[in-house]
Amino acid sequence: MASTYEPIATTTISSAVANVSFSSIASTYTDLYLVIANLGTSSAGQDIFMRFNSDTGANYSVTFIYGTGSSALSSRTTNQSGVRLGYNDSYSPMFRVNIQNYSNATTYKTILSRDDATGNVAEATVGIWRSTPAINTITILAGSGNLTAGTYTLYGIKAA
Amino acid sequence: MATTFELISAFTVSTPANSITLSSIPNTYTDLVLLTSLRTDRADTGDNVGLRFNSSTSGYSDKRVFGYGTGVASDSGSSSFLRAGRIDAANNTSNTFSNGCFYIPNYAGSTYKSVSFDSVQEQNGSGAYDELQAGLWSNTGAITSIQLYLVDAGFLNFVANSTAYLYGVKNA
Repeated sequence: MASTYEPIATTTISSAVANVSFSSIASTYTDLYLVIANLGTSSAGQDIFMRFNSDTGANYSVTFIYGTGSSALSSRTTNQSGVRLGYNDSYSPMFRVNIQNYSNATTYKTILSRDDATGNVAEATVGIWRSTPAINTITILAGSGNLTAGTYTLYGIKAA
Repeated sequence: MATTFELISAFTVSTPANSITLSSIPNTYTDLVLLTSLRTDRADTGDNVGLRFNSSTSGYSDKRVFGYGTGVASDSGSSSFLRAGRIDAANNTSNTFSNGCFYIPNYAGSTYKSVSFDSVQEQNGSGAYDELQAGLWSNTGAITSIQLYLVDAGFLNFVANSTAYLYGVKNA
């Protein structure tokens, strides 16, 4: 039986890097799933972003809902240079990101992200990359400074 | 190729039980995924569930955002257990069980343990809770067991056909 849920690649960092990238992503899966555990950044309080195929243009938008522990809020950003996944609160935050239909070359690409930063927020995000090419590279980066810690694992999910 | 997503253990309540324990969790996976389908027999429209790792009664904190049909709110928790959602009780729509999904990365590592938790308490009426929660167990020990139990005063039991399935995820 073909494997439905496969690890594609894992990167673990323990020192500063500008970003974490997954490249040469095969087009043979249906969806992608990214899990980031124990993320760290060189300065606290950074938003975490994702880019596809090294696109740094203003082609990303998000809408997100979050709870701070005292307030429930929602916000939206448009025309950004990366899709915002969430926030690093320096309490070993984790992220789970669904990227459905990533290899379709005719549609814009959407993501669903959960960010769990217990010291700051519980958050859910829907994002869009307004570009149609199949995704073959994913880059994760901080809004400012470097990534300094974390395990970043990309999985492929097959629908058949 | 090794299986990436494997069932570790399955628990189905056959007679009413006031707790569910999943024990002897091996350290051979990367992450854990716990899926629950729960209901209680207490005469109310919801019951709150607590979760503990390794029977530990300290080090838990969380933030959540939730909606209940007529409003939305957020709060924080810090207690002897991790809040694990509000589930259907005896006065909710019959035959309706609440669903929960816990994702626990790096559960066997030596860092604090993050928990991403989503839950829904559904019923054909008002007062059902939909929650997103960020949890943290400030303990560096590997997780070897998980306990689910009812925390409200006067709690009774998880009813028959309540289930908890624990899966292991391997990243290689």
